[in-house]
Amino acid sequence: MANDLILRVVTKWLSPIIILFALYVQFHGDYSPGGGFQAGVIFSSAILLYALTYGLDAALQLIPEYILRIGASLGVLIYGGVGVASMILGGNFLNYSVLGSTPVAGQHLGIIIIELGVGITVASVMVLLFFTFARRVAPE
Amino acid sequence: MSLVVNLVLLVFLLVMALAVLKTRHLFAMAMLFGLYSLLVAGLFVVLDAPDVAFTEAAVGTGISTVLMLVTLASIKDGHELISTQKSRTAPLIICVLMGGLLIYGTHDIAELGDAQSAPHMQVAARYIEKGQEETGVPNLVTAVLASYRGFDTLGEVTVVLTAGIGVLMLLGSRKKLRIKEVSNGK
Amino acid sequence: MIEYIIGHINYWLIVAIMMVGLYTLMSRSNLIKKLAGLSMFQTAVILFYVSLGKVTGGTVPIISEKYSLYSNPLPQVLMLTAIVVGVATTALGFALVIRIKEAYNSVEENEISAMDEKE
Repeated sequence: MANDLILRVVTKWLSPIIILFALYVQFHGDYSPGGGFQAGVIFSSAILLYALTYGLDAALQLIPEYILRIGASLGVLIYGGVGVASMILGGNFLNYSVLGSTPVAGQHLGIIIIELGVGITVASVMVLLFFTFARRVAPE
Repeated sequence: MSLVVNLVLLVFLLVMALAVLKTRHLFAMAMLFGLYSLLVAGLFVVLDAPDVAFTEAAVGTGISTVLMLVTLASIKDGHELISTQKSRTAPLIICVLMGGLLIYGTHDIAELGDAQSAPHMQVAARYIEKGQEETGVPNLVTAVLASYRGFDTLGEVTVVLTAGIGVLMLLGSRKKLRIKEVSNGK
Repeated sequence: MIEYIIGHINYWLIVAIMMVGLYTLMSRSNLIKKLAGLSMFQTAVILFYVSLGKVTGGTVPIISEKYSLYSNPLPQVLMLTAIVVGVATTALGFALVIRIKEAYNSVEENEISAMDEKE
């Protein structure tokens, strides 16, 4: 019982720090190692820690499953949307140079937006995988 | 000095792989599998690849090991049976033969760290020279991943989404634990 | 001769790890152990490719003014994709193992094929 209390308190303190670190890794992917995939997996590990400590039902109240399904498709939609937007603005598919006032600014903007899409999809799919597997574990 | 670190980590990795092969207690095997991924992440840092190390540590030690543990909890079968019917000599001969052929193939590969070897010459040299001024991003791995090879990353994100959809289709129904009564026929 | 061995021993050890993973995949009949062997094989292949990109005296491929020699970024990018695809494959494999257990009540390959042959 004492171990349970330590686990709960430490999880309550650590989860916001982990989510903050995931956002840091996402948006600093341009200047340091990082990017969309790493940030998505770190974000999902924060949710997994919460689900392992407080139970699956508490985690499902925190993030309902329909949000995860929408999030998984939303990331790919953002990625494809950037490609289509650059086609509408006159360039080829996924040519980011036409998105901004100068080619370099356009490239930078395009890279940030698609990394955001990748991060959203990876985080949603990893949490969705865990919830779907954990439903199949029969209660003792 | 880094060669010694390399060799020590690789020998640990080989011992870990043999331990995963030999152990019959499946929960212990899951823990050893997580340790294997962590050692590979350390080796990636020694080889100047922190992005890959980040991804391997997060994905291999985090997601893969957690999914293996949840699968073991779901099937409630913690030990591997020793099978007497499967022959072990044919896989051993195939592995030894394939290992020998691969080692013969590494004869032509340049030594570890050679700056004049073929992979560093044409495309990669241009990415290193022109990468920051064309995309405005100092991290070359992000620049190549998101801008120069953007199609590959689109395919990869689609593969992740497809895996999620596949698992939802296989395991998504709300009914639990329908064990087919095989002994009574279909 | 010594130079040749020191330069190539990394590759030989990685090939040995690959073969241990492949042997686990082929010779054991428990499905979860087969999946672990497959994942170890994939990780060893990715290690091999990333070690091809290392340059002695180079540094991490993030441009800064203090360094002039960088390691090759191209194998790292390709292997980043390969790791994520590998975990997607492993997750689908585990989902199939859960369904097989529910249908056949066993995860040993020889028991499952014996049950299939009996029908």
